[in-house]
Amino acid sequence: MALLEVDRLRVEFPTRRRALVAVDDVSLAIEAGEVLGVVGESGAGKSVTGAAIIGLIEPPGRMAGGEIRFDGRRIDHLSDEEKRRIRGNEIGSVFQDPLTSLNPLFTVGQQLVETILAHSDRSADDARRHALRLLEDVGIPAAAHRIDSYPHEFSGGMRQRVVIALAVCAGPRLIIADEPTTALDVSIQAQIIALLKRLCRDQGTAIMLITHDMGVIAETADRVAVMYAGRIVEVGRVRQILRAPAHPYTTGLMDAIPRLGRDDADLAQIDGAMPRLHEIPEGCAFHSRCPHAFDLCRRRRPVLQATGDAAAACFLIDQERSDD
Amino acid sequence: MLAFILKRLLQSLLVMFFVALIAFSMFQFVGDPVHQMVGIETTLEEREELREALGLNDPILVQFSRFVLDAVTFDFGISYQHKKPVADMILSRMPATLELAIFSALLALALGIPMGVYTGLRRNTLLAHVLMTVSLAGVSLPTFLIGILLIFVFAVMLGWLPSFGRGEVIDLGWWSTGLLTVAGLKALILPSITLGLFQMTLIMRLVRSEMLEVLRTDFIKFARARGLPEHVVNFRHALKNALIPVITVTGLQLGSIIAFAIITETVFQWPGMGLLFLQSIQTVDIPIMSAYLILIAFVVVAINLVVDVLYYVIDPRLRATRSADSGA
Ligand SMILES: Nc1ncnc2c1ncn2[C@@H]1O[C@H](COP(=O)(O)OP(=O)(O)O)[C@@H](O)[C@H]1O
Ligand code: SF4
Ligand SMILES: [Mg+2]
Repeated sequence: MALLEVDRLRVEFPTRRRALVAVDDVSLAIEAGEVLGVVGESGAGKSVTGAAIIGLIEPPGRMAGGEIRFDGRRIDHLSDEEKRRIRGNEIGSVFQDPLTSLNPLFTVGQQLVETILAHSDRSADDARRHALRLLEDVGIPAAAHRIDSYPHEFSGGMRQRVVIALAVCAGPRLIIADEPTTALDVSIQAQIIALLKRLCRDQGTAIMLITHDMGVIAETADRVAVMYAGRIVEVGRVRQILRAPAHPYTTGLMDAIPRLGRDDADLAQIDGAMPRLHEIPEGCAFHSRCPHAFDLCRRRRPVLQATGDAAAACFLIDQERSDD
Repeated sequence: MLAFILKRLLQSLLVMFFVALIAFSMFQFVGDPVHQMVGIETTLEEREELREALGLNDPILVQFSRFVLDAVTFDFGISYQHKKPVADMILSRMPATLELAIFSALLALALGIPMGVYTGLRRNTLLAHVLMTVSLAGVSLPTFLIGILLIFVFAVMLGWLPSFGRGEVIDLGWWSTGLLTVAGLKALILPSITLGLFQMTLIMRLVRSEMLEVLRTDFIKFARARGLPEHVVNFRHALKNALIPVITVTGLQLGSIIAFAIITETVFQWPGMGLLFLQSIQTVDIPIMSAYLILIAFVVVAINLVVDVLYYVIDPRLRATRSADSGA
């Protein structure tokens, strides 16, 4: 049994005319200690999937179907208070923008201590000692001094380290990191990813690493789920998918990874844009941009098909099979 | 920090200088003071003597300097009408106005903040809609109308509360207070509701919109994602951020409460500075009018100064002088 199981998740945002489906029939699993990358263009439904897992979909959005199980226990229909006790304690979060994730009016120490106290019955002194240890652990220099500083006194990279300390402070078994480096300087991004990986490896914590950067996935994740227009179009072991992507969209994403020894001008972008929620076409949502699209793609929607250690939702897979 | 306070202090002095200029020029443009002070039978010589004694023949610049120096030492001359030092008259009226103003402000805060928080957090409940609708009335009804309505209901119809005056006051040195007697407190209720209602609705609407704004921020979402209890998120994280602008507005409003007390004091015959000012207009008692102008301006300027400093103390982002480190 996996640590986290998301089963046919569907998330809708009601509008005046009809409900927009932001996440449609998404299933995924994360094993204890595993790093699952979730990749896809902006608007693919990655953040909404993450929000659904921690029970914080923004109203009026709502989970319209599916199940979420953590450690074998269904968590999506728990009471607000029970969900709160899971957040931070069992499932930690790292948000995209460290500049806005921290409350400007409280010191980083206060924010750490309150989070620790919310999930344990340590004494205040003990919580502060723990907070200090965490700040040292995430690499804040002169932590004993900086613990009483306010967020604005830290640089972006340092703030993201504080956010990571907040995510791990109650000892969660899974961390959902939603584009943790997107807002940061390129020079700092690798350090933050390395920090996240080290902390989680030490504690055996699993990570759901949301990103739109296939390069980060290649270096970090054990498995990857590729999302497109609210659905998973390919999922499986990173090694296999990198070696032989089965879905044309995955291939397109991989051609967009900058590599050493390749001229940046050769970087291929996928032509066109992902359809917005209210204009997702019939058939395969990718067909208008797909170089291999054929009749069937415009009429019917492909479902995930196993391809060795992975699965992809594309009619080409059936064809290959039948070709064999 | 020091530079900031110094800068604000200088600005305040500049404002006070212009106010003094206006107050001083009232003497120049509104009639001849000697005229106001003497009887019909006074001879021309006597008038000229008085003019000389008052320094009215000195160059205008000398007169203005003297006026400013006197004002700084709280000397505003003698009332034309009452032949008493204006400073003493105002001082004896000040406690009434300040008690009314501060009580109104506290009332506005004590009711406005919780109402704002409630309508912000539970914005789709019936009570929230009722409060928002009623608050529209509070903003749009003129003060004197509210005062008269309150008098009609609670003094005339029900007879629960007095309709005018301060009730019973006790002298603590030069400060006469109505806060220590039941009659004094009862007399304070209707006027302070009248004076504070507008501010209360203002604060309620401000707190509500600030709460809604803050609740949308990333750090609130992150606070939830950290698993903090809902009351901690709402009342510790959201409210503290929402209250920052409230401090400024309330502080600034305190100045206007004191100024607008004129109307309330008139409706309730409240023996404060505002009532004194209104009476002095009727008798063209320039010394009182100019002294009132200067004092009110001083209070407003002083409050602004305090608010600025408070803002500074509360918001660590403004306080910071330590530079943020660079790199990761
Ligand atoms: N609060 C919201 N209200 C309405 N639509 C939303 C909201 N949040 C997300 N969406 C929609 O859901 C879709 C997926 O968004 P998101 O999960 O944030 O994408 P991403 O993969 O970039 O993280 C987008 O089309 C977005 O417009
Ligand atoms: S199903 Fe058709 S359109 Fe969709 S990715 Fe495969 S080939 Fe392209
Ligand atoms: Mg996102």
